[in-house]
Amino acid sequence: MSKFRKDDGKETPQISTSALPDIVFMLLFFFMVTTTMRETTLKVSIALPQATEISKLEKKSLVSYVYVGPPQKQYISQLGSEPRIQLNDEFAKVGDITDFVESERQAMDENEQKQMIVSLKVDEYTKMGIVTDIKQELRKAAALHINYSSRQGANY
Amino acid sequence: MPRKLPEYNASSLADIAFMLLIFFLVTTTMDIDSGLERRLPQWVDPEDIEDTPPIKERNVFVVLVDRNNRLMVEGELTRVEDLKDKAKEFLTNPMNDETLPEKEVKEVPFFGPYEVLTKSSVISLQNDVGTTYGTYIAVQNELVAAINELRENLAQRKFGKSYEDLNEDQQDAVKEIYPQKISEAEPKKIGGR
Repeated sequence: MSKFRKDDGKETPQISTSALPDIVFMLLFFFMVTTTMRETTLKVSIALPQATEISKLEKKSLVSYVYVGPPQKQYISQLGSEPRIQLNDEFAKVGDITDFVESERQAMDENEQKQMIVSLKVDEYTKMGIVTDIKQELRKAAALHINYSSRQGANY
Repeated sequence: MPRKLPEYNASSLADIAFMLLIFFLVTTTMDIDSGLERRLPQWVDPEDIEDTPPIKERNVFVVLVDRNNRLMVEGELTRVEDLKDKAKEFLTNPMNDETLPEKEVKEVPFFGPYEVLTKSSVISLQNDVGTTYGTYIAVQNELVAAINELRENLAQRKFGKSYEDLNEDQQDAVKEIYPQKISEAEPKKIGGR
């Protein structure tokens, strides 16, 4: 035994755990507030391209997503492996984009409608043909503010 | 006097809270979406396109990407790595070269009269139907990088501060000197057979 300890037979007192729930609750509230549930299940697989000059999308409520990429494994047998467009939870055609933009716009606050951003989440190896078609449709739907979703990182 | 209620055991409260905590930890996605921001041009009917006034060739910086992801800049085969320097040369035209764009003197706040490129000068990005999206983004990224670098340099020279730290008026002045004018041309088939 160390010579500093008084050997008076007292047991070390139990650590009070009554503050533990408080700490855990604090963490819980933090995660509850910051969490955003995934709204859509991806049916296409997407590997985003890399870029260095990216800016962040601050307001989630302004953003609508258009996904483009080859269908995931379980859909390949029906749809083949050519890149497809996904809007919300469904596969879609290029022609559906105008309707999609319109319904997204209706769902928004009236004074936010002008600031609408469409985020294009497109797989790196998609051909530009389909992307150009989408861009033309977006122009027709007057959704001109777009964002090419990409990861931070050096290219080439 | 009412009887005192017996105090219940709260030790399992922590367990319940932990379970909820773990649930939210697992389901949470913290990724903030980010990407290259772009504004598309207003939609115009294909019939109306004919009567746009012609732009002098020296004022257009043409970037073509073909279906094999090769890059042609102003008629020369170029690597993506060299694109930024070429774009910067176009945007500044330091030697007042005949083949590079015209300049005009313009009154800019904070800077006074300053030589800027004429309004008609533009970077034109054209791609083939078969171009890969990744390459297209890489090219876009390089062009934006060129402009951002020029803005940053100018901000450092004039204000001694990073472009990010300037106030809005100063940023607008810098933007006026180096506007981000990248035109994504109407789709067209190039380099195909």
